[in-house]
Amino acid sequence: MEVIEAGIGPMLQPVDLQAFREWNRQKPKGLVDKRMTEAEAVRRFIREGMYIGTELYGTVRCPMSLVSEIIRQDIHNLRLVGQGVLELDMLLGAGLVKAMDITYIGLEVYGVSNCFRREIESGRLETCVEWSNGALAWRFKAAAMGVPFLPGRSMLGTDTLKYSSAKVVQCPFTGEPLCLIPALILDAGLIHVHRADKYGNAQIEGISGFAAEMARASKTLIISAEEIVDEEVIRSQPDRTIIPYYLVDAVVEAPYGSHPGEMCYRYVRDEAQIREWVEAAQEADTTRTYLEKYIYSVKDHQEYLAKIGPERLEEFREKNR
Amino acid sequence: MVYEEQGMEAKVEGAQGSPEYNPSELLICTAARLMTDFTTAIIGTGIPMLAAALAQRMHAPNLVAIFEFGGIGPILDQLPLAVGGERSFHRAVAAAGLCETVETAQRGLVEYGFLGGAQIDQYGNLNSTVIGDYYHPKVRLPGSGGGNDFGSHCWRTIAVMRHDKRRFIEKIDFITTPGYLSGPGAREAAGLSPGSGPYRVVSNLGVMGFHPESKRMILLATQPGVTVDQVRENTSFEMLITDEVEANPAPSADELRILRDEVDRDRLYI
Repeated sequence: MEVIEAGIGPMLQPVDLQAFREWNRQKPKGLVDKRMTEAEAVRRFIREGMYIGTELYGTVRCPMSLVSEIIRQDIHNLRLVGQGVLELDMLLGAGLVKAMDITYIGLEVYGVSNCFRREIESGRLETCVEWSNGALAWRFKAAAMGVPFLPGRSMLGTDTLKYSSAKVVQCPFTGEPLCLIPALILDAGLIHVHRADKYGNAQIEGISGFAAEMARASKTLIISAEEIVDEEVIRSQPDRTIIPYYLVDAVVEAPYGSHPGEMCYRYVRDEAQIREWVEAAQEADTTRTYLEKYIYSVKDHQEYLAKIGPERLEEFREKNR
Repeated sequence: MVYEEQGMEAKVEGAQGSPEYNPSELLICTAARLMTDFTTAIIGTGIPMLAAALAQRMHAPNLVAIFEFGGIGPILDQLPLAVGGERSFHRAVAAAGLCETVETAQRGLVEYGFLGGAQIDQYGNLNSTVIGDYYHPKVRLPGSGGGNDFGSHCWRTIAVMRHDKRRFIEKIDFITTPGYLSGPGAREAAGLSPGSGPYRVVSNLGVMGFHPESKRMILLATQPGVTVDQVRENTSFEMLITDEVEANPAPSADELRILRDEVDRDRLYI
């Protein structure tokens, strides 16, 4: 197929399917108790320079307790992908990100991200590569399928494509221009779910975002769960399992693990604290103050929750379910 | 995601004793009127969502709202602040995922997509990525989010923009989301689906469409109290003007009551 156009963005992660297949072959398949703390999961599985991804995103079913631990352990030079709200903003604010595949970095109704701007201007964030939401989801889908790319019709004709690492070919079936979206294989994925058993079988309520795709595109996968349930809960409703245990390397019990984001059917978002971040993120020194208050000065997620306070957490809980 | 615009607080008095309204309410009512019943619309938070909720309560009760992260056909009651939040799939017919919604649009099932951006040109191309040079930007903006997907796949896109010379410009700094690209035939030549593309631009000054042949932006209606000259003065490219420019009606008492008492009871946005 002739390549009509090629995006000039670099591939932040090479597509090495053979290495991915070999990695998947050696992943343990036994039913093993993988429960551990955020600290142990991050110590064991997240290293400097890795390519990591988060799902869903900062204000919604967010792996916030895991991301907080990465910040706490000060793991640098990360390559990063996600939907780009709160949790990615905090990683940017902590100066830990070297390169990003981007579809959106911002604070939704609260506007643009100042952390992002500062990281670009300082040069700490060296490389950005552009994508659309659909294109990023399809990158994970391609990796999940074990193929080097998926065709799509997003990004055609635009600068988004020009600054991506996608390519345009003439479709051998229709003769029309077609965008080829390269697979994205993560070194590590972080996903927060409603419940999981100790082996890692995970179930999600409400929308699934891109959890199914990203879980399968991750060499190492850390799941945090609102609750750890007995294996029997999974086996009695196996149709609800979105992530089977053999994809998972660590299971972290993290009630309110998405806070200050929401967790559908469990708790609503903590608007006051989200606003606190939005304001703190405007300047470097206030960003540091926020990170100190909520991450560096508390030793783990439990201490963080104690700082928020059980009465306040109770206010966010959805009581009618 | 739709680039968020902050609504101004000042109220505008309607003509001949009709109710007061603010600029956000005007944009919402104008956008709501554009959506027809028995169609689908991909919506983000802010004005698009409010417009869809108002449309459902006014003339389009069968309008199917879709939120990109997976909420399909939710009952738009309380307003989500996050495009993936629980309220975006409240009593939905399906809570799916991101691939599902974008692929649904790519397959031709989605009529309307809402767009926004920092800059728009006469072909409806939108910039929500950078002002200035990409590698050394004057301002780095959020990026495409779902914008590029909706602009690529939805049959008709509706952009909601504040209208001024900095935003409506001859050449935008970055094409994040495709409008008619460089003009007639350009979308199809790029591989985008024939028959899809920008439909309307709703601004605080007017309602614009796109000329069927030249694909250039054309003023169809002015907002209450706005002249055609004002639209021209606030546009940095040559805006085509249709022969009989209509006067977009101010928000009616009914529209405002439903918007204020039902759609955005908590006044999160208006």
